[in-house]
Amino acid sequence: MKKGYDDEAEFDRREDLPLLPSFGAQRPPGLQYMMGGCGIAGTIDVNGGKIPGSTITSMLTTMRERENGLGAGYSAYGLFPKEYKDHYCMQFFFDDEDARIAAEEYLKDRGEIVREGSVPTKRVRSMRPPFPGVWRYFFDPQPRSKMFVMRDQTPDECIVDIVLGINGTIPGAMCVSSGKDMAVFKGNGYSYEIAEYYDLERYQASMWLSHSRFPTNSPGWWAGAHPISLLDWSVCHNGEITSYGVNRKLVEMNGYRLSLLTDTEVVTYLWDLLVRRHNLPPQVAAFALAPQYYSQIERMDERSRKLAEQIRMTYKEAFLNGPFSILVGRSRPDISMIAMADRKKLRPLLFGRSMDGSRYYAVSEESAVRVVEEQAITWVGNPGSPMIAQVGKGLMRKGTEAPFEGVFR
Amino acid sequence: MALNSEVRKAIAEGSKRIIIDGVMGQRYIGSAAKAKDLYVAIKGTPGNDLGAFLDGPTIEVFGNAQDMTGNTMSSGRIVVHGNAWDVTGLSLRGGRILVRGSSGFRVGIHMKEFGKERPAIVIGGTTGDYLGEYMAGGNILVLGEGVPEGESPVGSFIGTGIHGGSIYVRGKVEKHQLGMGASISDLGAEDVKLLDELITDFENAFNVKVERDWSKFTKIKPLSSRPFTGRFDSTAIWN
Repeated sequence: MKKGYDDEAEFDRREDLPLLPSFGAQRPPGLQYMMGGCGIAGTIDVNGGKIPGSTITSMLTTMRERENGLGAGYSAYGLFPKEYKDHYCMQFFFDDEDARIAAEEYLKDRGEIVREGSVPTKRVRSMRPPFPGVWRYFFDPQPRSKMFVMRDQTPDECIVDIVLGINGTIPGAMCVSSGKDMAVFKGNGYSYEIAEYYDLERYQASMWLSHSRFPTNSPGWWAGAHPISLLDWSVCHNGEITSYGVNRKLVEMNGYRLSLLTDTEVVTYLWDLLVRRHNLPPQVAAFALAPQYYSQIERMDERSRKLAEQIRMTYKEAFLNGPFSILVGRSRPDISMIAMADRKKLRPLLFGRSMDGSRYYAVSEESAVRVVEEQAITWVGNPGSPMIAQVGKGLMRKGTEAPFEGVFR
Repeated sequence: MALNSEVRKAIAEGSKRIIIDGVMGQRYIGSAAKAKDLYVAIKGTPGNDLGAFLDGPTIEVFGNAQDMTGNTMSSGRIVVHGNAWDVTGLSLRGGRILVRGSSGFRVGIHMKEFGKERPAIVIGGTTGDYLGEYMAGGNILVLGEGVPEGESPVGSFIGTGIHGGSIYVRGKVEKHQLGMGASISDLGAEDVKLLDELITDFENAFNVKVERDWSKFTKIKPLSSRPFTGRFDSTAIWN
């Protein structure tokens, strides 16, 4: 006979739930206080110069009180030599050999592996196991493969299918990054541990984004550390998306499958949906995520007001409610950094520029800029207004402009 | 030894003058220090919650301060020669914060006054949105140094939920910039006296001259001491 509510005596829901310790009047042990919040730091060289990994490491690790050792990560753009630049660089965490073989089969069915190998890591004594294997494949998708439900999609769509497919169906395998000319190095540990684990000093990149984590309502695990990446997008996020449920429905209706147990995942997919698929300029996408109040929209000029109203109506499910500041990176058409806070500026975000104008910074705390550039110029942006810096073009937005500046021709 | 332990040890041993060089984001410097004649100089970038719960001493920063400078300070002075970013002077209960440069968002959120204590914040440059949010007492002055004619040195939603104290801005403030519960009012003789004192203090602290053209100043004060009355169901829950 099936056990259920009909048979009260034999039905005990406790068995379905994890057994957690219970306490009476005695104060439970463990974390007795809470402070901090995640730390984010990003830097870009707009003249195309290379920034050593040690720079971003000292930026992030300076904000030591913003993390609690449950995740940190770095994404590097403009990293690979010419011969690998144009292939998708797919990096994975594998818990075991079976997961690796299954993922490799999955890839081979849908394209060609140009080159593969493990990502070099070092042993860091202070870090706790498990240590998933980190593998890198340079990969070209085959849009005509019969394994795709839809034939002749763009290569980007094929990669999205593959990443979400592997993350959702192969146990013990998680795709960490899948963009061109970029890679994500992340894991469960303090920012300095992760930097040492991946030996970031060996890398030079045009842009680095980074994140140290203080998870408040999602578990600390390797794949859940930031940056959360899909294609060449990577997102570092401090805060929480309280509208996660609504946003999740929007991206799911558009074919994204969520598997990382963290609200930041939905932000990454929203950028991909709004900018890559719907072709919105980044500052318009930023407005959709953090729109101004209707009282502010009323005072805009007519053209801007109409656009603002249309964006708010069309993308009302993309509206990210709750406090956040995010760093967003992409490598196409050129490597660029987008940094913005929520519409009420409830999380810290500060921008910086080096004296010679070649490097730009976006950080949670001023000290993260000063530690690498004592003479930098710093400023704060407006709520919801993105700062955008691009290699080859310099500073495209300061973060203090009107929302749609540069959108109309 | 960690920076704050060292500072506390020096205070306990009776130091009256502490100079900290090369500060890089360390938080809570000088927090809850009580000695009235203590002077702390900071060179570098102090971290969040600089001088939190400060009760008497003077802290001088040669550089920029991060967020939440002077959190719930009771008395004393914090003088910042650079900028002091978001939520400067939150829940200020007394004392004074002088910032030569600009500040960020939510400056002076929930400042209050009690008895003789009248806390004050003077910002030399500009501030962002939500200036003096839920303000309950004390005074904020924004001087708008370096702001071009016709632009406003302050953001939107000024004094949202303000129910005590005053905000003074030198430069343009438009009605739409005000938050719920705030109103623009004329400067009286008492206001001019207060502003003159605050500006003199600012001039002496940074060795600068500030033009005193009172026609350029705008005063923002609460519409009432109960800005949200009538916005909630007034039915008493204990009936």
